[in-house]
Amino acid sequence: MSHRLLLWRRLKNQVFFTLLVFMSLIALFPLFNILWYVISRGLPELSIRFFTRLPGPVGMVGGMANAIVGTLIVVSLACLIAIPIGVGAGIYMAEYADDRFAAVCRFLADVLSGVPSIVAGLMVYATVVIWMHSYSAFAGALSLALLMLPTLMRTTEQMLLMVDTSLREGAFALGATRFQTTVQVVLPTAASGLITAVMLSIGRVMGETAPLLFTAFGNSFWQDGLNAPIAALPLQIFVYATSPYPQWQAQAWTGALTLLAIILVINIAARAFGRGKLR
Amino acid sequence: MKSIWSAWSKNQLDRLFSSILLTFCLVIILIVGTIVYELVSRSALAILHFGFHFLTGQVWDPVHQVFGALPFIYGTVVSSVIGVILASIVGIATAILLTQYGSWRWLDLISILVELLAAIPSVVYGLWGIFILAPWLRQSVEPILNRGLGFLPLFQGQGYGVGMLAAGIILAVMILPTITAVVRDVMQAVPNELKDGALALGATKQEMVSLAILPQAKRGILGAIMLALGRALGETMAVTMVIGNRPQIAASLFAPGYSMASVIANEFTEATSKLYESSLYEIGLVLFLLTVVFYSLARLLVWRIRLQMRVNA
Repeated sequence: MSHRLLLWRRLKNQVFFTLLVFMSLIALFPLFNILWYVISRGLPELSIRFFTRLPGPVGMVGGMANAIVGTLIVVSLACLIAIPIGVGAGIYMAEYADDRFAAVCRFLADVLSGVPSIVAGLMVYATVVIWMHSYSAFAGALSLALLMLPTLMRTTEQMLLMVDTSLREGAFALGATRFQTTVQVVLPTAASGLITAVMLSIGRVMGETAPLLFTAFGNSFWQDGLNAPIAALPLQIFVYATSPYPQWQAQAWTGALTLLAIILVINIAARAFGRGKLR
Repeated sequence: MKSIWSAWSKNQLDRLFSSILLTFCLVIILIVGTIVYELVSRSALAILHFGFHFLTGQVWDPVHQVFGALPFIYGTVVSSVIGVILASIVGIATAILLTQYGSWRWLDLISILVELLAAIPSVVYGLWGIFILAPWLRQSVEPILNRGLGFLPLFQGQGYGVGMLAAGIILAVMILPTITAVVRDVMQAVPNELKDGALALGATKQEMVSLAILPQAKRGILGAIMLALGRALGETMAVTMVIGNRPQIAASLFAPGYSMASVIANEFTEATSKLYESSLYEIGLVLFLLTVVFYSLARLLVWRIRLQMRVNA
């Protein structure tokens, strides 16, 4: 009897393990499937033209040059806005704020990180776009910056809290002010982690589409300054993917391949830089 | 040695620096405040016009200026719940494999690959959903489900590919990395003594997991699910591209639906009347409140685990 019970338990254990492995394989399947289709369907339309031409009318060969440049402009602007504020606020939370104020900031950052990206777009529309009377690259950048801010704040704070307190005490003992300690001791120590965090957040907003819909709006031509609607790669992919024309759909795949390649490069670089310090 | 800051007194500089940083913190407060203010004030018109019926109304008719949000709330909730159920099953199993089966060399690779899913942009998921997932559902999965489980209202009717089921599956893939990562953290926080104790009593791995690990990790797993649910509720592009965009409430998962985020994405720039626009803002407000509730619950549940972990470490 007990022998049979042991056999049963071992069988159960074996089945359980097999099931876990099976589930993990299911977890991996979509990744390979998506990558395979993005590559195999994106490659045929990939050419120099794709990177140098404007989108053409149906039946004419076109490219996504303006969308690629547009994405780079909007994301760079978003970085200019979000990185100083996010990292600065993170430094304040870790180095200066008293516990209660830091907790309030942390809570608000969490709330902000939960805001759906489309709602961030709504908010920027309701303020900036209405105020400027125009969709613009600037509004698009602002909506992306909104999405970057909370992650930047929280990761900066965590990175700085990981720096050993004895380093700070050493600096204070030498007569350094908090400012000197932060800039000359704490920040350099946390630098590689910070850079990883910043790069990961850039990779994350690069592919955001929803907040750009009614802020950057998209444009089939070259942008006319930062106060005018601007094209973005994710927007262009969305428009082409939902269009009825096979040629545009094929270009959507090439756009996806380009976008994914840029994001993967940023992610891999970030990870190589941090060497696993940040998950 | 003269430093470059010598023109300023050290303390002045210190104060200047800290007040600049404080301003940055205040920016966050300002942003959250502005979001709430703008959403509430701009949806005031719809709130006053429809009152509570806005949430229960089933008709969305811009031509006749009748706006009820129930089909969108239904679509968002149902697709998210499908996504969370599927992702929980797969994600928890993966997390168990990753944490409890030692240092098998492939495990690191699995972990990195699952995290890679989080790097894929929403619009690429949508593209894949339209051209790969939806045709596959239409041709293979939906007919099989219909034949096997067609007696349930959930699986009745003609499958179009795009619809609630497609949206749920795509959401499942998108939130899988979140669930897996958080559940893995939670399981790593379970004290080793419990595992060792179970194993020392002669438990098999499976018995150890179900008797020692899962009861301890229960609360954290719930937190992970809430977090994933919060993320799924607000997901826009991929859902917009595969849910079918038809404001209806149908029992069948094969039927097209609509979600709150999708209706904002699709109709906001075309909203021709004040009331129409205001109704879309109100949907945004409801969506915002829903996600905040789930995020807060999740933070509360997971945060306790993190505290425990710090105490145990």
